[in-house]
Amino acid sequence: MIQLTDVNKKFGAGANAINAVDQVNLDIEEGEIFGIIGYSGAGKSTLIRLLNGLEKPSSGTVTIAGYEMSSVSNKKLREARQKISMIFQHFNLLWSRTVKQNISFPLEIAGIKKTEREKKVNELIELVGLKGRENAYPSELSGGQKQRVGIARALANDPEVLLCDEATSALDPETTDSILDLLTSINERLGLTIVLITHEMHVIRKICHQVAVMEAGKVVETGSVLEVFQSPEAPITKRFVSQVTEPSGTEQAIAHLPTGTLVKLVFVGERTEQPVLASLIRTFPIEVSIVQGNISHTKGGAYGTLILQLIGHEKEIEEAIAHLHEQGVRTEVIGND
Amino acid sequence: MIEELLPHVNWEKMWEATVETLYMTGVSTLYTFIFGLVLGVLLFLSSPGQLWKNKLVYGVTGAFVNIFRSIPFIILIILLIPFTTLFVGSMRGPEAAIPALVIGAAPFYARMVMIGLREIDKGVIEAARSMGAKTSTIIFKVLLPESMPALISGITVTSIALVGYTAMAGVIGAGGLGNLAYYEGFQRSRTDVMIVATIIILIIVFAIQIIGDIAVKKMDKR
Repeated sequence: MIQLTDVNKKFGAGANAINAVDQVNLDIEEGEIFGIIGYSGAGKSTLIRLLNGLEKPSSGTVTIAGYEMSSVSNKKLREARQKISMIFQHFNLLWSRTVKQNISFPLEIAGIKKTEREKKVNELIELVGLKGRENAYPSELSGGQKQRVGIARALANDPEVLLCDEATSALDPETTDSILDLLTSINERLGLTIVLITHEMHVIRKICHQVAVMEAGKVVETGSVLEVFQSPEAPITKRFVSQVTEPSGTEQAIAHLPTGTLVKLVFVGERTEQPVLASLIRTFPIEVSIVQGNISHTKGGAYGTLILQLIGHEKEIEEAIAHLHEQGVRTEVIGND
Repeated sequence: MIEELLPHVNWEKMWEATVETLYMTGVSTLYTFIFGLVLGVLLFLSSPGQLWKNKLVYGVTGAFVNIFRSIPFIILIILLIPFTTLFVGSMRGPEAAIPALVIGAAPFYARMVMIGLREIDKGVIEAARSMGAKTSTIIFKVLLPESMPALISGITVTSIALVGYTAMAGVIGAGGLGNLAYYEGFQRSRTDVMIVATIIILIIVFAIQIIGDIAVKKMDKR
C-alpha cells in the first residue's frame, strides 16, 4: 500500500543543511495501523508530510495507493490527496464554518453536488458521534469533538489512507482513548490503512499493529508492536517501551533496595497468566519480594514485566534465574548488591 | 431659532456637500476594497514560505505599496493631476477625486489585508492543501472567509481615513464637506458653516465605525 525507498529530505543547504529524513525505507501493508514514534525533532512530521506530498523528498521514492508522490503532476497530486487524507494535532478546522460545513469542505473541493454532499455529511456526523452538534462552530466544541470533526472531514472523500499527525497529543487521556477507539473502529469497519505519528508509546500500544521508531531522521527499529515491546533493541526504543511498561517511580523504588539481586522478568502472551512465581518460591530456598509489576495489553497480545528482589546464596539465585529461563521467561539482572 | 444660531448655513448646499462626501467615500471605499484585496492577497501569497513564494513579485508589489503609502495624500493628489485629467477628463468635482483616493488608500488597505491573512493559522492552509484544494479554492474558501473579521475592520479604518482624504480633496476642488468648510467657512470667516460641516463629518465617521463593528461582531465565530 505504501512504500518508501531510500527516502531523504534535506532542509537548507551547505553547512546548515538538516537531514530531517535520512535514508528511510518503509513498507506499510493495506489495512494496517502503522505507528511511527519519536521525540520531537526526530523527523516524523516531515516523514508523514512526504506521504501526501506536502513535502517533496530530496531523493528516493514514495509510492502510496498507486501514486508515485515524488513525481506526479500537480493535478494528479491533488487527486491523490483526496484518497490520502490527514488529521492534525491542532485539528485545523475552519472557524468560519459550522461542523457540517467543515465536513463538507473536502467534498466541495472534489466537486460533489450539493444534495450528495448533504447526504454524505449526515452519514459522517453519525459515524463520528456528533449528532446534534451539526450547526455548532468549532469554537463551541471541546477538543475531542473538534478532532471528531477532523476525522469526519478526513473520511469525506472515502480515502484509502488516513494520516494522523499527533492526532491525540493535544487531548486529555480520556479523550485520547475515545479518539483511539474511534480510529480502531474506522480501521476495522472501513478497512482503511492508518499511519500515525506520535511521541506517546501508549498510543502505539493501544491501537497499532506495526511500529517504526525514529531518531534523528533515521528509522532505527521496525516490527510488530508486540515484538518491539518484547525485545526492544535500540536504546531509544527501550526508553519508549519503559514509558508504558514501567510505572513512574520504578527507578526510585530500585534505588531504595540496597540488598539482594534485582531481576527484571518479561512475560509475553500466555506466559503472563502462568504461576511462574509460585514455582520459583517453592523450588528454591531464596527470599523473593516484588518490587514492581505491570501488564500492558497491545493489539498483538499481552506483555508483562515484573521486577523481583532475590535474596539468598549466589549459587541458588543463579539457579533460580536459570529455572525462569526454562519456563520461557526472559530475564535481565538489573542490579546486584 | 436654528437660523439665528447658524446664520450663514445654507442647508441645501450643506446637504449637497454631504451627498458628495458620501459618494466619494462610498465609491472610493468600494474600489479600495477590491484593489487592496487583490494587492494584499498577492503580497501574502508571494511572501516567503507561502504558496506562490516569489521574491520578484513580492519585492515589486511591496515597493509599490510602500511608495504609495508613504506619499502624503495632499501631495499625491497634486502629483496625480495629469493622470486624473487623462482618466476622468476633468480635475474638478467628486468624480475627479476618486482615482487619487483609491491610489492613496488601496496600498494602505493592502498592508492591512496582508496582516489579516498572516493571522490565519498555517495549519488550516495546510489542511486545505492536504485535501487537494487548488490555490484558487484556498483563496476564496479559506483565506478570505477565515480573515473576514480582519478584512472588515481594516476596511472600516480605511474608509474613515478616506473621509479625511475627501476633505483634503475638497480643498483642491473636488467638492464635498471639506470644500464647503474651507471655502465657505474658513475663507469667509463663517465659523458656523465650519462647525456644522465638521459635525456632519463626525457623524459619518461614527456611523462607519458602528457599522464596521457590528459586521465584525456578527462574522467572528472564533
